[in-house]
Amino acid sequence: MWFPRLPSDRVLRTHPVEGPFALSQRLGAAETLYCLNAAAERAGLHRGMRLADARSFCPELLTRPAQPDLDARFLASLRRWAGRYCPWVGGDGADGLVLDVTGAAHLFGGEAGMLADMQARLTRARINHRLGVGTTRGAAWAQAHFGGTEDGLLALPVAALRLPAETVTALQRLGLRHISDLTAAARAPLARRFGPALLTRLDQALGDLPEPITPEAEPPHFATRITLPEPIGLVADVMAAAERLLAPLCAKLQAQEMGARRLCLTLRRVDQANQQVELRLAAPMRDAPRILPLFERGVAEVDAGFGIDQIRLEAVQVEPLPLQQLGHATTQANPDRLNDLITRIGTRIGLENIQRFLPADSHIPERSFLIAPAAFSTPESGWPSPRPRPIRLFAPEPILHSGPTPPPRFRWRRMTLTTARAIGPERIAPEWWLEDDMWRTGVRDYWRIDTGEGRRLWLFHTPQSPGWFVQGEFA
Amino acid sequence: MPIHLPSFFPLRAGRVHEVYGPASTGFAAIAAASAGNAALWVRETWQGDSLHPLGFLPFLNPSALLCAQTKDQTDSLAVAEEALKDGTLPCVVIEITRPLDLREGRRLQLAAKAGGTTGLCLIPEGMGSNAAETRWRATPIYDPAREDSTLMRWEIIKNKSGTIGAWNVFWNAQTHRLHVVPPVAQRPGPAHAPG
Repeated sequence: MWFPRLPSDRVLRTHPVEGPFALSQRLGAAETLYCLNAAAERAGLHRGMRLADARSFCPELLTRPAQPDLDARFLASLRRWAGRYCPWVGGDGADGLVLDVTGAAHLFGGEAGMLADMQARLTRARINHRLGVGTTRGAAWAQAHFGGTEDGLLALPVAALRLPAETVTALQRLGLRHISDLTAAARAPLARRFGPALLTRLDQALGDLPEPITPEAEPPHFATRITLPEPIGLVADVMAAAERLLAPLCAKLQAQEMGARRLCLTLRRVDQANQQVELRLAAPMRDAPRILPLFERGVAEVDAGFGIDQIRLEAVQVEPLPLQQLGHATTQANPDRLNDLITRIGTRIGLENIQRFLPADSHIPERSFLIAPAAFSTPESGWPSPRPRPIRLFAPEPILHSGPTPPPRFRWRRMTLTTARAIGPERIAPEWWLEDDMWRTGVRDYWRIDTGEGRRLWLFHTPQSPGWFVQGEFA
Repeated sequence: MPIHLPSFFPLRAGRVHEVYGPASTGFAAIAAASAGNAALWVRETWQGDSLHPLGFLPFLNPSALLCAQTKDQTDSLAVAEEALKDGTLPCVVIEITRPLDLREGRRLQLAAKAGGTTGLCLIPEGMGSNAAETRWRATPIYDPAREDSTLMRWEIIKNKSGTIGAWNVFWNAQTHRLHVVPPVAQRPGPAHAPG
């Protein structure tokens, strides 16, 4: 199954255009045509052409930028669709599918019936396609790309063997234009001249070498839904429905050894309006009795309107969560309970706002620690303890004094304080490799000042641009 | 008759207490350390000053400290109530910016009772709630004897179930213990001549 114009078909399906249409792609400095529709090809355009040249050929050409990632996704959805014909469906390059219909064709009335069905459905979906069927994968590919029947495989040009372009050119220069020329030629010189790839392709096309297709497994889909015969509106009813949805979802997560990190409960009301309850968990989890109470707060806020008649639960984000050996020595209860608590608080103030401190390697007081969301980090040990540090830091507050020694008396926050003991200085140099406006004033000499009034403050002096500041307070 | 600090401190679990004064942060750190080495610190995002984890090092491991940043006091109280009720963390410290009314104070008390945890509100002076179990005033004192001292004066000025008192205390970082400095009259050494 070959889709010669897959990218442009994808775009034209949503925005049908009469007349020439092309997708353009920036290659190097120039915009080139990436894929074009039949009308554009009739106008004399071809792939790889400069967009500017194409415009001069065909002024009414409509273009859009190419999005190869969306094309790949479109092909993946076609692969899912092709699963209706047979279970063995594999991708073939960027624009083809290969199906192993052995033993499945009779369900559609033989190979011809199956091809007719595919043709009808793809035509209805407005996708340009070329189908080929053969006893080998290579033969089917050749038939899809170069036409002809299976008996005529030998009459097809050598390019039908899925060979690189330079090999094809070299073979044609040798006068080997058709596959029949190749089979007639002696194998040993061919292998010596072109390497084993040519003969492998030839044997694969003729069925002398097996070529399995690799069907890609469907990625597991973590969602469940329930449709209700009568609309419901009570919180208890919705929670009961959610409980029913959670059980199979958690069983599926367990089978895949995954844990949900973000869950989304979509409630569809009778008037087709959707309401979503999102739950972000502090740790991957698949324990239904523990997840269910966490939904309560969100469900209580939902406006049920005239009633809810369909509920869908999806694990939007999952993380691997391996099965764990239960042992008498494991004390799993505490981290689990802490994670539950973080989740519950996080539904109110946002999961990022519950933070923990991590040590960082810096002498700058403001940068000697990191603040990380507790849900996405693990506690670390290894706190350096260079010198006593204040328990509270604030933005530097200037005080009136000059000179390198600490002031005997100073005013700070409308208090007059006397220095009873000064410990220091501790010189901290700015980290020049990081831009920081606060440290523009150069090195700082930090002093711990025990005032006679009791308060223990952290002062610093900036000798390079003289000034005194209070930056912190000790316990 | 002298009143002993151990009958008041560590703070009674299952209750919410209040502290104010310049040394209230140190008081809270010591309270969290003696309540069980893990704490949730609830504060509002807009507050200009910040906690410095290295400053907590003498008292408790900064890794055991969780910090919840809320947008206003209503959120702070909700978070604190949830954490107190849960009982996973033995101590919850709440920085209060506007006075609590009786209902809010009582809800915190009930939550603490349900979880068996200790709640501690850092209040600005004069913003106490009547529901609080105890109210403390913590002021630092200059200690001529030791450098790196944490000498403070703790006064208990409200107590629902006991008397009030005042002590000079300091925290010993090596032994992780709180030491009470005896009042001057009872210190060992030559007795003062009367008169």
